Amino acid sequence: MKSIVLYLHVHQPYRIRHYSIFDVGINHDYFDCNWDSKENNKRILLKVADKSYLPTNEKLLRLLHKYPEFCLSLSMSGVLLEQLEAWAPDVLDSFKKLVDTGRVELIGETYHHSLSFFYSPTEFQTQVNMHKEIIERLFNKSETRVFRNTELAYNNDVAAWAEQAGYKAILAEGWDPLLGWRSPNYVYRPAGTENIKLLLKNYHLSDDIAFRFGDHSWSEWPLTADKFAHWLSEDGNATNFDLFMDYETFGEHQWSESGVLDFLETLPKEWLKTEGHDFKTVSAAADQIEAVGEVDVVNTLTWADTERDLSAWVGNSMQRESIEALYRLEQPLLELNDWDLINDWRKLQTSDHFYYMCVKWFNDGDIHAYFSPYESPYDAYINFMNAYHDLRSRMIDKGISL
Amino acid sequence: MKVLMLGWELPPHNSGGLGVACYQLCESLSKNSDIDLDFILPYQAEHNINFMKVHAARPVGVVEIQQAGTAYDSYKFIFHDGHEEWKDIYSQVRIYEKTVADMAKTMSFDIVHAHDWLTFRAALKIKEMKNCPIVLHVHSVESDRAGGRYGNPLVREIEETSLWMADMIIAVSEHTKKAIIRDYSIPADKIEVVHNSIDPNQLLPLDNNNSYRYLMQLKSQGYQVVSSVGRLTIQKGLTNLLYAAREVVQRMPKTVFLLVGSGEQYHELIALSADLGIGSNVIFAGFQRGKQWRDSFAAADLFIMPSVSEPFGLTPLEAGYYGVPSMISKQAGVSEVLHNCLKVDFWDINEMANKMVSFLRLQALSEVMKEQLTAELSDISWEKSAGKIRNLYGRQVNEVYA
Repeated sequence: MKSIVLYLHVHQPYRIRHYSIFDVGINHDYFDCNWDSKENNKRILLKVADKSYLPTNEKLLRLLHKYPEFCLSLSMSGVLLEQLEAWAPDVLDSFKKLVDTGRVELIGETYHHSLSFFYSPTEFQTQVNMHKEIIERLFNKSETRVFRNTELAYNNDVAAWAEQAGYKAILAEGWDPLLGWRSPNYVYRPAGTENIKLLLKNYHLSDDIAFRFGDHSWSEWPLTADKFAHWLSEDGNATNFDLFMDYETFGEHQWSESGVLDFLETLPKEWLKTEGHDFKTVSAAADQIEAVGEVDVVNTLTWADTERDLSAWVGNSMQRESIEALYRLEQPLLELNDWDLINDWRKLQTSDHFYYMCVKWFNDGDIHAYFSPYESPYDAYINFMNAYHDLRSRMIDKGISL
Repeated sequence: MKVLMLGWELPPHNSGGLGVACYQLCESLSKNSDIDLDFILPYQAEHNINFMKVHAARPVGVVEIQQAGTAYDSYKFIFHDGHEEWKDIYSQVRIYEKTVADMAKTMSFDIVHAHDWLTFRAALKIKEMKNCPIVLHVHSVESDRAGGRYGNPLVREIEETSLWMADMIIAVSEHTKKAIIRDYSIPADKIEVVHNSIDPNQLLPLDNNNSYRYLMQLKSQGYQVVSSVGRLTIQKGLTNLLYAAREVVQRMPKTVFLLVGSGEQYHELIALSADLGIGSNVIFAGFQRGKQWRDSFAAADLFIMPSVSEPFGLTPLEAGYYGVPSMISKQAGVSEVLHNCLKVDFWDINEMANKMVSFLRLQALSEVMKEQLTAELSDISWEKSAGKIRNLYGRQVNEVYA
């Protein structure tokens, strides 16, 4: 049996508004701004819902009804679910309908889409628990059985943690330099673990859809579902093709005019046409496919840019200074037991804030490569640090001496 | 290809950036082996130039031309009181036109390239005589020089007529291109943007002996220096800078502002800084050249160019070469090529203060910006601009003679 393991990641951060020194100590509404501002979270959410979530969910639901073999997995961050609940309940309902079919599996992660694993084990555990709770509350699901860390940030320690936490499988990037001659199209076991399995993203195939689909200068353009299905069948011995990508690929990163939604719609038909082809959710893949070997990941691996490490988030000193400063507040801040304060602190942990401070793609003048609501990484850093200073000011107001 | 350049000044007899830009552009162009340059100035002087032939339109000295008005004085109006200075600059322009036309009769060239309105009539005259293509290079338009107001109608008439007649127009920035379209309704496809650049070899290298001894003393006491170099005129936006400086000094008393340059706002700005209560934090250094000019950059932690309107604005690039990051107004042409800096709208006093305070507080911001600046500046060169102009010449010459 050859399986497509389709997994889509759904996430939107709470972007920080233009927040200046004139706000610090006075206004604490870091995440609220005018409707027309580039950082207005509600407006962005509704726009993405319109272009991506609603039309894609409609398509996915139709596919689930039409093909009993079709299934997929979703990871939805807590901060996204919160925003959907508040601003777009109809969109949330459309996700619930997918999950209600019983063939859409939800994946565990940190509620705040944070890099807390690398900064605070206790905070990380809290956010994983919070995420479990919101999934349980909104989707009537008792458990998430597979784990993905934010940005697919993975190493042996993350795997060891996931194993002791009882997960069946964990997801990571199938990065060639690490795999060597081995292919991501099999199931593996993380080094040093007994039971948990490792599913590796086939980034060549995933990126064909996520990045190259609409690129007219790509030699394979236009990509059709039958061509894609043919590529997959060419790998004779493979057991699983892990297609992992941002959900927003459909309709937002790739516009619907590119035909990406039609591609999604025809893929099951083209794939299932051949005997011995099916779809699997991540936990079904872990349950039904044997591990063929062990993968040892000492240095943290992520799914971002050519380095596949954490450098897009903590590669420069602005990023390191700000994330370290934020986690240094943990103990005194939690002791205050002030929910608003804790909540804002956690929203500031979302990895996107640090990504916006990345200067890697900024130099070439290729501003399009810089996905951010801000004009520059420097502006992102200034806004963040002002919000951070306001958090401190609120702590001082509560009697903490810093 | 033989190019006849028409310009009003060249270093060392330049009154400002126009002469420097012409010099460095021609030097870079001359590195193309198939390009021969003849440059006609309105005055006779000693030049140490071996990359092109420099001619004098007539045997007068620099002083006589400069007394008639510099390239920057065109906005001066003619008043009823019989003030006669206006006559001189126009008569100089007319004399230049006549003498250049006489010289052109016996010279051979394929194309004429003229810099700013002072030489445009001469270029038109040659076109009339020889019907060769003329390229008009706009370093600034009249409304820019007039600080956003209408400016001198006589100059506008020359600009408008010549720009309409030109075979092609080169603008030093998108900002200037837009101004040309806005002021004179020239079709956009006739205007090519070729950004100015900088030649680091022409910059005086740093030494360990900064001429601002007092500033060095203050720095050793923990002060930080913010400097600005430019004429003290409305166009440069220094009034807003002083209002923002007050906000900065209130929060960070150990900040000193160094304003280098002279101009009609001198007394006004001194009075304003006193009225704002920051008299002791603002130092007016007057007009500087050479080592003092260099040290105005080198002494700074942050360089500021808050211009209301700036066709290009080289100083942030110069500051960058001395290792000093900048805050610039978005209304400056240089912001189209320089990305690793802070950008503000010239009217947004609070945002200026926000960014200055953040910069002075956050070590990581200047650290990352300096690293990135080095990489970015190595990519900005006259060679690129000259190459673009070389291609534009080719297009004109081929089209006309084809």
